Amino acid sequence: MKISKNLFATFLLLLCFSITQLHAAGEMKEPMHPDWSFEGPLGKFERASLQRGYQVYTEVCSGCHSMNLLSYRNLIEEGGPEFSESQAKAMAAAFEVKAAPNADGEVEMRPAILSDKFVSPYENEQQGRAANGGAYPPDLSVMVKARHGGADYLYSLLLGYVDAPSDIKLDDGVYYNEYAKGQKIAMPQVLYEDAVVYTDGTTATPEQMARDVTMFLTWAAEPKLEARKRIGFKVISYLLILSVLLYFTNRQIWKDTH
Amino acid sequence: MSENYVPKSAVGKWFNDRLPLLNLIYGHLLPYPTPKNLNYWWTFGGILTFCLVTQIITGLVLAMHYVADADLAFASVEHIMRDVNYGWLLRYIHSNGASLFFMAVYIHMARSIFYGSYKEPRELIWIIGVFIFLLMIATAFMGYVLPWGQMSFWGATVITNLFSAIPLVGESVTNWLWGGYAVGSPLLTRFFTLHYLMPFLIFALVILHVWALHVPGNNNPEGINVVQGSQDTVPFHPHYVVKDMFALVVFLIVFAGFVFFVPNLLGHTDNYIEANPLQTPEHIVPEWYFLPFYAILRAVPDKLGGVILMISAIAILAFLPWLDTSKVRSAKYRPLYRQFVWLFFANVILLGYLGAQTADGLFLIIGRIATVYYFAHFIIILPLLGYIEKTKPLPKSLSEPVLSPEERQMKAAASGASA
Ligand code: HEC
Ligand code: HEM
Repeated sequence: MKISKNLFATFLLLLCFSITQLHAAGEMKEPMHPDWSFEGPLGKFERASLQRGYQVYTEVCSGCHSMNLLSYRNLIEEGGPEFSESQAKAMAAAFEVKAAPNADGEVEMRPAILSDKFVSPYENEQQGRAANGGAYPPDLSVMVKARHGGADYLYSLLLGYVDAPSDIKLDDGVYYNEYAKGQKIAMPQVLYEDAVVYTDGTTATPEQMARDVTMFLTWAAEPKLEARKRIGFKVISYLLILSVLLYFTNRQIWKDTH
Repeated sequence: MSENYVPKSAVGKWFNDRLPLLNLIYGHLLPYPTPKNLNYWWTFGGILTFCLVTQIITGLVLAMHYVADADLAFASVEHIMRDVNYGWLLRYIHSNGASLFFMAVYIHMARSIFYGSYKEPRELIWIIGVFIFLLMIATAFMGYVLPWGQMSFWGATVITNLFSAIPLVGESVTNWLWGGYAVGSPLLTRFFTLHYLMPFLIFALVILHVWALHVPGNNNPEGINVVQGSQDTVPFHPHYVVKDMFALVVFLIVFAGFVFFVPNLLGHTDNYIEANPLQTPEHIVPEWYFLPFYAILRAVPDKLGGVILMISAIAILAFLPWLDTSKVRSAKYRPLYRQFVWLFFANVILLGYLGAQTADGLFLIIGRIATVYYFAHFIIILPLLGYIEKTKPLPKSLSEPVLSPEERQMKAAASGASA
């Protein structure tokens, strides 16, 4: 029995391992792993980093990438960047959206308000492709959850632009990136030294910007992360206590049965 | 077992005199005599009932906010995650709940296989169980399509395309299923309808399952018949109610670990990309609980053959009570079966591993061998074992240990001396 049982245990381990690895495909470099404050059972976002991340998104990424699932009101909500209401209103008002048709049926533009969705850079996918040499910059709302490696991968990708080895030929509009699938990506390097001037005075190194914008995108993909971990901690503590009580109750009930 | 139940309150008595519903529930839950030696593998029946009820309740609330339309489904799920109060919690419970449901059902089935719970007189309990399992597969598959991510869409495409393997009418059948010429809104809408319906059918089957169980009573780790009401049994309440509750809470700790700390671990990242009919994902893999069957499907080079084999792999379970020719139930008393049953479990796990790999080269060859072995276990090994295996002597009752021949002699001598 030992042999077949051990075989079973070995295969079970193999399977568990392979399930978590299901998504690792293609020849890709293992991403960097900076310390993320939101990791771990009690992880939280860094408020200031989320706020800087929003700045990087609007000033750098939003020229090409939409974030359709977010509204400006989300910027105020608990567990996010937690801008003040007046700050968020001003941020929204910096964008223009189509107003409802007026009495004459004409559609005019108006400044965005809190309940509006983040304004997209392009009218439609075709326009996005046309502006990017045929490649479509994907929506970033749930990007962190849509890629294997999540935040680590995004962070690494943004910093992974290095000179291509001489034996690699790149087509027009394709760039060499260590962390991209097949080392090729249609997005140019965007994070150069001082690509933004942070309003809070932080020095805008590429690493800093990559960190901040990735933190911001992680929040965008999982806006209830803080509440989830907080509640989870309580739930599990409660269940642990309950299980101990039930364990002893059960022992008591069975003590006379042999 | 149904000692007559007298409700304490006047209202209860009035009601029970007219419809003895309380009588029925009481008889099945409280004094129901249960073998005293059930181990923790027996707690998964209760855990499964909990899983089913949890899926139904969270599912109902999700359905209040979900929109079954190809253009809106993905966004409506994200709306649940972002804007509905505790929507994220409901969705993570429902999606991880499906995975844990399968984990529990596989353990429950393995328990039945190990201890021979499917044998006379419990064949029908087992067969109803196989139907429950089939419905669970259908329900989970259709549920996975609903968020309309890339894996949803392409999983639905791959599986519905299997119907095109039916000779002659395959294509018409597939188009009929789709409600059009491609996977799209019509299919999504009907999947949603069926996904909503099937858990209630499962619920009905579970009632039959438990009803059928309560005729012969539970099997037990020794696999011997237990006289109901003898000193070998204890009342279900409180003995097993509390034991089941303890097991359930331990299970819930694992469940909560997934839901609150790694809610997306068991899912596929591609399903957070909205469905795109123009872009096929690199690897289309089903959820982990379908992997063994997926491996069997792909082991056959011919589509129709693969489909037939995959369906047979589940259908053959229904014949297990007759394929296993041994009269002894528990693997504890079957030295050979005990080896083969672990080999069988190992083989299923191996198939699961292979289902997640690309089906070529060495993986394909191993996959084929494992598939053949899967069926050989049922068709060759089990029927033969009953004839060639020398089983160990069974205890007469749960209170009496098995005596070795020498002990029996000594006991006989002792009683002779005292007489
Ligand atoms: C000049 C336009 C442009 C800007 C600015 C830009 N991107 Fe991109 N991005 C693209 C394009 C085009 C793609 C599609 C690449 C492809 O398909 O190969 C892309 C793809 C991506 C991807 C997906 C990579 C993958 O694994 O598929 C991520 C993540 C991303 N961008 C993040 C960002 C972030 C964060 C910023 C801001 C710091 C940003 N991008 C700024 C054009 C841009
Ligand atoms: C929705 C899914 C299911 C639920 C809720 C469920 C529920 C239960 C419950 C409450 C019991 C009694 C307690 C126990 O023995 O664990 C039981 C027993 C049993 N179940 Fe299930 N079950 C499910 C699926 C299945 C499946 C898929 C199979 C097999 C294919 C199966 C086979 C059996 C057998 C053979 C027994 C009798 C076992 C014995 O007493 O030894 N069940 N089930």
